[in-house]
Amino acid sequence: MTTQIQPDAAARTGDPDAPLLTIENLEVTFRTRDAPVHAVRGVDLTVYAGQTLAVIGESGSGKTVTSRAVMGLLPRTASVRGSIRLGDRQMVGLGEKELRKCLGREVGMIFQDPARSLNPTMRIGSQLTEAIRVHLPLDRRQARERAVELLAMVRLPAPARRFHEYPHQLSGGMRQRVMIAIALACQPRLLIADEATTALDVTTQAQIMDLLLDLQQRFAMGLVLISHDMGLAASYADQVAVMYAGRVVERAPTREMIAHVRMPYTRALLDATPRLERPPHAPLPVISGRPPDLRALDPGCAFAPRCSRVRERCRQERPELAEHQPRHEWACFFPCADDTIPGEDER
Amino acid sequence: MTTGNGTGRPLLEVRNLVQEFVVRAHGGVRGGVVHAVSDVSFEVRAGETLGVVGETGSGKSTMVRSVLQAPPPKSGEVWFQGVDLATARRRRDLVAARRQMQAVFQDPYGSLDPKWTVFSIVEEPLAAYRTGDRRQRRARVEEVLDLVGLDPSVFGDRKPGQLSGGQCQRVAIARALTLAPALIVCDEAVSSLDVLSQAQVLNLFERLRTELGLSYLFIAHDLALVKQVSDRVAVMYLGTLCEVGPAEELYRNPLHPYTKALLDSIPSPDPERPRPRVPDELAGEPPSPLDPPSGCRFRTRCPRAADICAAEAPPVRAARPDHTVACHFPLSPVAPVSPARHGGDGAAD
Repeated sequence: MTTQIQPDAAARTGDPDAPLLTIENLEVTFRTRDAPVHAVRGVDLTVYAGQTLAVIGESGSGKTVTSRAVMGLLPRTASVRGSIRLGDRQMVGLGEKELRKCLGREVGMIFQDPARSLNPTMRIGSQLTEAIRVHLPLDRRQARERAVELLAMVRLPAPARRFHEYPHQLSGGMRQRVMIAIALACQPRLLIADEATTALDVTTQAQIMDLLLDLQQRFAMGLVLISHDMGLAASYADQVAVMYAGRVVERAPTREMIAHVRMPYTRALLDATPRLERPPHAPLPVISGRPPDLRALDPGCAFAPRCSRVRERCRQERPELAEHQPRHEWACFFPCADDTIPGEDER
Repeated sequence: MTTGNGTGRPLLEVRNLVQEFVVRAHGGVRGGVVHAVSDVSFEVRAGETLGVVGETGSGKSTMVRSVLQAPPPKSGEVWFQGVDLATARRRRDLVAARRQMQAVFQDPYGSLDPKWTVFSIVEEPLAAYRTGDRRQRRARVEEVLDLVGLDPSVFGDRKPGQLSGGQCQRVAIARALTLAPALIVCDEAVSSLDVLSQAQVLNLFERLRTELGLSYLFIAHDLALVKQVSDRVAVMYLGTLCEVGPAEELYRNPLHPYTKALLDSIPSPDPERPRPRVPDELAGEPPSPLDPPSGCRFRTRCPRAADICAAEAPPVRAARPDHTVACHFPLSPVAPVSPARHGGDGAAD
């Protein structure tokens, strides 16, 4: 898939080349009882209309915290520094009311667990019309019509009937469709999907991803896929950013990234993923160790303690993310070469 | 005591297993009988891993719980080391069998008592079976903790809250190993772990299999993951087995349309491979196990369905001696005669 901007997107956004979302030097720190946790440590990300960016990382890599910082969904113990711009509007430092007004129409978000994102005591129709009427000047009847339209658009079977049902009457896949409908209620320009298909079955995941990409193309939305699944990123994203210990450590267009992995951490993630092409019982090449403690980080590269290519310099000095090849950035002093054999670096 | 029973019969043989639950209608959800597992037969041979894949609601977890007799199945036979657990009259037989059959579940935190230390969690099965004296137990706990890669002197006194997900899962595995079982049942045992800890635990399972001669019944929804550890794979849909075959062959040459649909749905880390493609028929939801379709249970979503699929449940047929499928219109030709059971060696009962 290419990153061609749709004509109607250009019309909507004005300048087609202007990014929808620009995150610069984002830092998020959580106050805890002992030491502060530096969950996000200087992240830069850019999302364009009609483009899909996958942010890949393990738990604790800061991918979810980054997306929640965009949505203003962090708890009070978090302090956010840096810049998050939606179009040309600065979001960091906005009051909650302004933020809501600005975000609600422009950015939609879907989460991993659709069961917990929906109110179990409200019919899905009411939850959807509520989302519509907060942001759009429609009366009850119009909002209702729009809601049924939206449910049909996300291909929920029998939308007019489902409108009157409660979340527990729907399957996981159907609930996620309802969440997508709510997120798309105001035709946002940017949609953030945080592990949105992780809890779903593979066949349902394929359908939901089809739907998301179709809607993205139709409305020329920017789409951010937050996931741990390299397969999902490789299949659906235009660009991949890999995060480790609160930083982006490698970023490139998807094909470039997978074909020419540079960062040893990305290599380790790809190698450790079970694949259909692998024969049964072949040991997975996997690195040992755990992600670092975000309360007490060493001055060097955060991945150094687990890295097979580590040298003295990596422990002393932190490699910055830089564009070493056209459109391919990595943060490593001793990157993998193209001919690094998977598994060679085991242990 | 870690291998099969040596009589040439499989370690675990499940025949015509049926599990049903009666539910009452509540809040807009219909009541009735949930047909969770319907006439399922398979076997696990000594030293092999049988993987079971299926989507949410396919009945795979209910199936393994029925095998573990927790709760016992509604009907069918579960032969384990020469004893039919489902009809074992003497409680002693069931207790003895359970010792040889241990389980590891999905939620690493939920399956460990947060107030217990790692040491007492792993020791508990020994105490429950009144095995050895205190010194022997201590030695055994240290041995199995070493085996799963946890240093007993570091982790022995910790509590689950002080461990990562991967470490908790290692504790659960150590606990399953203490009684030197022949079979370990893994129900989504690595599904909640991150890629790297998942790979570490998968490698651990493999190492234990070769070192201790263990057999596994390995349940997961991720097909690539199941292939990684399995000798044979069974595909489950809405309470029935669609297809059973050797892992490599089943993935390369699927016979059941559902197996193919599952395989086509997996996004590959190789961007050159086509994007997952789900046939239009498969769009939508699986039917409710409260009211499963007549005949073949997959027919309502099957691209190859015809009239006969609604009228008759497809018989189990063999494409090769070890590769069986329950489908009227399999994707490759199969023998016209039924060999009676999935994964069986052809011997009818």
